[in-house]
This record gives sequence, C-alpha cells and structure tokens, in this order.
Amino acid sequence: MEEVDVEPAITNIPAASAGTHLGFAWGPGDILVYETLYKASGAIGSGCPCIHEVRKDEDIYSPILRKLFNESHHIFVGLQTIGEDLPSKNKKPQFVSISKNYRSVIRACMEELQQVVSILLAIELIWNLCEVLFIDAAPAGSLLLHLLDWVRLHKADVDEKAREVLQSESPAEHHDYWNVVVSYVLQGRLEEARQMLVKQATLQPAARSMYKLMDTLLSKMPFYNPGGTQTLTEFDVKWRHWHEEVDRCLQDNSFASNKHLEVICKILVGDEDTLLEHKDLLSTWYHFLVTRLLFCHPTVKPTELHYYAQSCLTMFLDSRSVPEPLDSILLAAFEFDIHQVIKDCSIALNNWWFVAHLTDLLDHCKLLQSHNLHFGSNLREFLLLEYASGLFTHHSLWQLAVDYFDHCPEFGRVYLELQIERVPLDTERKALKVLRICEQRQMSEQVRSICKIMAMRALRNNRLGSALSWSIRAKDAAFATLISEKFLQDYCARGTFSDLDLIDNLGPAMLLSDRLTFLGKYREFHKLYGEKRSGEAAKLLLSLMTAKIAPRSFWMTLLTDALPLLEQKEVIFSADQTHELMFCLEELTSLNTTDEDTELTKVELLRLALARNLARAIVKEGTVEA
Amino acid sequence: MFVARSIAADHKDLIHDVSYDFHGRRMATCSSDQSVKVWDKSENGEWHCTASWKTHSGSVWRVTWAHPEFGQVLASCSFDRTAAVWEEIVGESNDKQRGLSHWIKRTTLVDSRTSVTDVKFAPKHMGLMLTTCSADGVVRIYEAPDVMNLSQWSLQHEISCKLSCSCISWNPSSSRAHPPMFAVGSDDSNVTYGGKVQIYEYNENTRKYAKAETLMTVTDAVHDIAFAPNLGRSFHVLAIATKDVRIFKLVPMRKESTSTGPTKFEVQIVAQFDNHNSQVWRVSWNITSTLLASSGDDGCVRLWKANYMDNWKCTGILKGDGSPLSGSSGQPTAMSTVVAILGYQNQGVFKANIIM
Repeated sequence: MEEVDVEPAITNIPAASAGTHLGFAWGPGDILVYETLYKASGAIGSGCPCIHEVRKDEDIYSPILRKLFNESHHIFVGLQTIGEDLPSKNKKPQFVSISKNYRSVIRACMEELQQVVSILLAIELIWNLCEVLFIDAAPAGSLLLHLLDWVRLHKADVDEKAREVLQSESPAEHHDYWNVVVSYVLQGRLEEARQMLVKQATLQPAARSMYKLMDTLLSKMPFYNPGGTQTLTEFDVKWRHWHEEVDRCLQDNSFASNKHLEVICKILVGDEDTLLEHKDLLSTWYHFLVTRLLFCHPTVKPTELHYYAQSCLTMFLDSRSVPEPLDSILLAAFEFDIHQVIKDCSIALNNWWFVAHLTDLLDHCKLLQSHNLHFGSNLREFLLLEYASGLFTHHSLWQLAVDYFDHCPEFGRVYLELQIERVPLDTERKALKVLRICEQRQMSEQVRSICKIMAMRALRNNRLGSALSWSIRAKDAAFATLISEKFLQDYCARGTFSDLDLIDNLGPAMLLSDRLTFLGKYREFHKLYGEKRSGEAAKLLLSLMTAKIAPRSFWMTLLTDALPLLEQKEVIFSADQTHELMFCLEELTSLNTTDEDTELTKVELLRLALARNLARAIVKEGTVEA
Repeated sequence: MFVARSIAADHKDLIHDVSYDFHGRRMATCSSDQSVKVWDKSENGEWHCTASWKTHSGSVWRVTWAHPEFGQVLASCSFDRTAAVWEEIVGESNDKQRGLSHWIKRTTLVDSRTSVTDVKFAPKHMGLMLTTCSADGVVRIYEAPDVMNLSQWSLQHEISCKLSCSCISWNPSSSRAHPPMFAVGSDDSNVTYGGKVQIYEYNENTRKYAKAETLMTVTDAVHDIAFAPNLGRSFHVLAIATKDVRIFKLVPMRKESTSTGPTKFEVQIVAQFDNHNSQVWRVSWNITSTLLASSGDDGCVRLWKANYMDNWKCTGILKGDGSPLSGSSGQPTAMSTVVAILGYQNQGVFKANIIM
C-alpha cells in the first residue's frame, strides 16, 4: 500500500522577531509554544513575549460532537458484546443493524449542527456505501437496488424541487417540470415519473399515444426482486427484452417529435452521452455511475463495480477538475480496497472518530486481514487507541475512553494505566470516580498513586482526617504513621482530637501501622474514660504501654492520663497493675536524662500517686468481705 | 492546529524552559531573568501567575516538577552552577483569596563546578530522586530519603561522563523487566571524541550505575534527549536532538544467567529527519508517545508521528511568523487571551470552516 504524500500543514505562531527559536512543552491535549534562543554558550536575549497554547483542530469541545461521541460509545460497547458463539452469517443482520445505528447517530447530529453538515454528510455517504458493499455485502441483483437507495438518500433536492413544481398553479408548465421528471428517471423512480407525466399528457391530448407509449415503457421496466422466486438469470432475460423494446422505440423515432420524451427514452436505453448531458441533474459521478448501471447493467456483480466506477469518474470529471479526497475514498470503496478507504479517511478527516468506529465494525465482520504491526497490534486497535487517547484529554469525555481501552486487548490496559493517572483530581468526587475505574480493573499501582496524591494534598492543607483516610485507602503504612503522629502531636498541643468520627470508625484499617493502631486505641481509652468505664479504661491504658503499642515518647502523656484514675475515691488500678505502672515509670525515667523542673515535678507527682494507690489497692485486696 | 490562547509571560528576559505539571493544570516557566514563575490554570482555561520569584544568580536553564505524590515540588538548574529544590507552602487564607502561593527553597545543590545544564526527577517508583548534569561532564544523582523533609538530600551517585553534558533523560518505565536506566547527551562538538549519547544502567549487585551503551553513530553535539514512555514494549525508544532529529530503538539482548555486567543492547535507528536543516535543540514525547515534537534552528516546531506500519513522518509544523502581537516585548502587558483560529485543513469536500 503506498503512502499518499501529504505535505504537513503549517501553523503560524505570532512571534516577535525572526531569528529566534521556538521552545515547546507537551500538555494534556495541547502544546505550549514560546519564543526562546537555544545556544550552547547560554543566550541572553531581548524581553520576552508570550506563551501560546496550540491545539489540534479536532475540537472535541463542541457540544454537538460530544453528543456524537456519547451516543457512539453506547453502540461501540454493544457491538463488542455480540455473542461470540453465533456463526458469522447469523451475525450479519446484527452488524447491519449496528451500522444503521451509527448512521442514525450521525444524522441526528447533522440535524443539530447545520454548519458542520458538509463533513457529516460526507462521512455518512462513505459509511453508507461501506455498509452496502462491505457489511451487507449485497450480491448481484440486490447490489444495484442498494446503490439506488444510497443515491436517492443522498440526493434530497429532487423532492424539494418536485414539491415546488407540484405546488405551482400549472405544474406541467413550471420551468423545472422536465428537470424533475428527468431526475426521477435518473434515480429509477419511475412510478413518480409516470405520475408527473400524466400532468403533461393531459395538456397535450394530441400527443396522447406518445405519452401512453412512454407510460407503458416506464411501467414495464423490470426491477429485480431479491425476495421473489425469479432467479437473477431470469430477471436478466426479462430486462434485456425490455431494453430491446425501448431501443426499438428509439430506432423507429416513436418520440422524435417530443424532444423531452426522446431524452427520457435515450436515458432508459442507457445512452452515455445523454446521461452526461445531464451532469447538472446528476451532480456527482457516483450518481452517474449508479444511473448508468441501472440502465445498462442492472445485474452488475460486486467485483465488476470498480471498472465501471473508474470509467464513470473519468467521464464525468472534465479535464480541468481534479478528483477530491471524497472521490478517491469512494473509488477505493468500489474497488473493495478497505484498507485504502480507511487510510484515505484517516488522512482526509482530521479526527479519528470515523475511522476508529468504522474499522472496529468492519473488524467485527471479519473483513480486515490482521496485519502484524510493529508492536504486535493491529489496525483496529491502533485506531481505537488513537481515538480514545484523544478523548482522554477532555474533562468529561475521558470516561468514555475507558471502555474503548478495555476493548483493545494488546495495549488497551497499558494505555489506560498511563493516561488515567493524568486525569486531574480536581475534586474528591472526581478522584473517587477515577479510583473506582482503577479498582474495577485491579490497577493497584494507580489506586495507590492516586490515593497518595490525595493524601499528600490533604496533608499540605492540614486536613488530617482526609489525609489519614486517603493513606489508609492507599495502604500506605508509612504515611499513615506520619499522619497519626501529627494527630497525636495535635492532641498534645490542644488537648482534643480532631476528626473523631474517622478515628472512632477505623475498624480493621487500624492495623495498617503501629502508630495508627495506637491512635485508635488511645482514642478508645478516652471514650471509655468519658463513659466512666474506668476499669476498662485503666486496663486499656496499661496495655498500651505493656504491649508496646504506645511509642516510648508518649508514655509520659499516658502516665499523666492515668493520674485522674489514680486519684479517684474508688481504687481502679489493682496492686499488680499499679506495680506495672511503676515499672513503666521507672523504665521511662531511667532512660531519660532530662532534668527539666516540670518533668521532675510530674514524675514526683506520679510516684506519689502510684504509691498511694498501691497502698489502697493492697488494703482493698487484702480485706475479707464481711 | 491553531493558537487557542496566548499568555503574556511577563519574564524580563528569554524563557528557557516551560514545564507542565503532571496533571496539566499548572505550569512553571524559567528565564534568563533568573526567576521562575508558576502559573495555575483556572476552570475556564485561563492561566494566572500565582508565584514569581528569583531563584538563581544566573540564567535558569530548566525547571521541572516532581511527581504529585511528593507534593508540590519544583527543581531548577542554572548557569550559576547550582540546582535548587523548591516546595510550595500553603499560605495564609488571604493569600489564597488573592490567588497567590509561596514557594520556599528547600535545598541548594552546589556540587557542580560549572553551569548545570539539566535537572530531572527520576521515575517516582525510585523514590524522590533528582538528577543533574553539568558542563563539567558530571552527572549527579541525589536522593531525599525522607520525603517529608525536603531539606535533606544526599548525593548518591556521581558519574563522570568525560564530555560536557547538556541533557539527561530517564527511562520512565517502572517494569521490573529491566533496571533503572538513563541517557546522557553531550554537546561537545568535537566529532573525534566518539559517541555523544551514553546510556547508564543501575546494577543491583554493585549498587552503582554503569555505562551500558554509547551510541557511536551520534558524533555531533547533542542538545536534548528523551526516552519515550514504555507502553508495555520490550524495547526502548530514545529520541535525540542533534544536527537532525533521530529516533533509536534499543533492544535488550538476552543476558546469560552468569553475566553480571550491564545489559547489552542492539541499537537500531528507526528514523532520522533533517527537515529542520540545522541544529535541533529540543525533542519531547507526548504522554502516549504517539507524537514526538522537535524544535530547531529554523525557528520551527515539528511534530512527528508513526503510522500503524511504524513509518514516521512529519504531521505538522509550528512556525514563528515574525509578526508581533500588540503590546509586545519589553513591556509587561496585561493578561490577554487572543483566540486565533488559523485553520489547518485538507482540500476538497472537507473544507476548513468546520472544526472537527
């Protein structure tokens, strides 16, 4: 397959002076460009102007196109899940139906976006032809009928003109009357042509027999009926008979006195020159092609199409005009060169939407041979990846892209991993949305990373509760430890905890880090104390030290917390427990060489309280209840 | 392509580098005016300068963002022989209302005896690691062992490349299939001194970086170098800005189990473009490595793309047209947004009045 050499387009950047360089930085969906000077020795230049944000023309920010992307996303996902167990031939009606769905989406968008109609019209035209030739793959006989439908669908102006003529006072005398009649004939709409001709016939009673003859010819033209019992060969025979009859009328000058009817007769016989004289009514070479086939070779086979297509294109375009991209694409379709169609569409159309969806559908119909690409992927996947990557830069359409990546077996996952990390986490809601997508796909590294980013952000803004819950979700023990420390420092400074709800409901997450466990348990101690469940509170407090859950640095605080429990009228700590507390205190003081006055006073206070409690406990435990 | 928006950058001298943050919502610019500016993108797409401060005592060559997992952290490098690390401090509430933020210097790295030409953070899975390269030919790798204390950095590796260095690029892949790797480019213009691109790889056993490959076919000065994102491939792709744009493929060759040295690579040149007709100064990949951009002496930025048969070609050119915007250089202009749609379209039916 040869590459069409298309020159890269040039975009001008407003720049202050010549002789400078352009610096750049890639962004999500755009590229920033600025004036600079690269010189090995380090340049000093004049004052600096602007930074320009440059974007591709595919403006996916247009709301109408967003509708296109949204709706086609549904169709795409539905297509991927069509039962694998059905044999290919049973799937064809479904594929045709899906093809029609895509086209109806295009038409829906066209209605809303009048200015963009020309491009959408073109792609619908191409898609329709691809559906007829590739997906529906009509055989000879039906093929022409489908092509006729195709042409009629894309040449709506006939009906407008007809309406205008019919609504006039005297239709048969309207200046466009004969144009309408001929247009109907050119499109094979013979019934409507006959009805129009009746109006003329009534005006010219003298020529009644001529009009009757024409009416007969028109009514007798055979049209192949695919559902009927007639074989293609039988139809062909019938058609040839009719063709000969029309020719005979021409030869014996039956319509010689009426130039309009003569023209119609020549068209019916398939005279090329006459057809070409009506270029303005045909307006396109492919209309010319279908008309020519209708009146010369209605049993045309798919494999014969390209020969007729090429010659019609040549005949229709005069020597001055050059085929346009649309023409090459349609020609490639008539040649059944699917790859060429896709390639030309990729070049001519500045976005990936069309080629990605069409190629995917064609691939499902098993019409694309798999090329083994450079990195083992194939054309379908390549195009889907391009399309989806483009969607990812949009602030809300990126979610659609996820499904597309899901259905790219080779590289979809790695592309998704790479791009989903870049989705800006503007709000907590958005972050949770991104997370859900990653969790559903077991993208554990991305989950961890996103949670870490959110945790870090919360920490920087001093939202400790949020930071803690994100680091738990990230399963980041180190960070959880760090935040727990901050909570504890906060407590020491202010005497209260913040984010109590979170800490109270940690559940098994508490076990993520030792410090976090301590934080949870310490808070539990405070709760017990608050609920006056002093015995349990005391037990917990002690265990925090003896089970080494509490960091040594916090022991002083814990012991100080024990003071109110020691000073109560009722004995709360047992003798054994008191001994343990004393032991802890000694452990603490033997290590610390602090000789701050406040510290020493506190230690003394504790020692006194502990001693008093020990005495009372011994007495209590030694007393025999009466 | 079209210019969607133009931002008055307000630097008093040339801008040498512009760097988007990881999510594309913030950007940093650095200049010969010795300062760095940080810009934030608002919801409606407008850029606002939220910080501007003097960072060095010489031209600032490059500025780069750390991964957001480490917070809001920037690194800059300069002609003044130093590199610096900056962290954003969440300010007072009235600062926030005015849309300003403060950045403070966490550390200055003063080991280099010459201009520091590039500064890059290593891939995040390696921790918070910063790499610099200098005109004295030394690559230095620093690590901050405690990510909550950015004032402590230790110099972990000092690698002498023998030739004056101009650029570094880390292989962004975090795959366990290959060890950490970076490439260094040299702008030494003496062609007899051999290959100007060196690839270094980390060795688990020696815990050091060892040279794995020198690209001998690149003999002219190299100004920029960039590994492409990996995307699950078994080989690496490296783009080089030298007297032309070159793209290399490095295929790791299978190691014998007893071999303890660095990986051997099969080096293939995938594409070479001399369209700039002159020195190429920067190369950079977009996020999915489907597009490469290059900037050259001809004052153009060119975009390169491979089709599905892996044939590379130029798909777009951005060219300075020499026409100044109103209120141009020398005068600080008010923030302006100029939306200019300069169409790019093919001929024929698909005409340019449609943006699609």
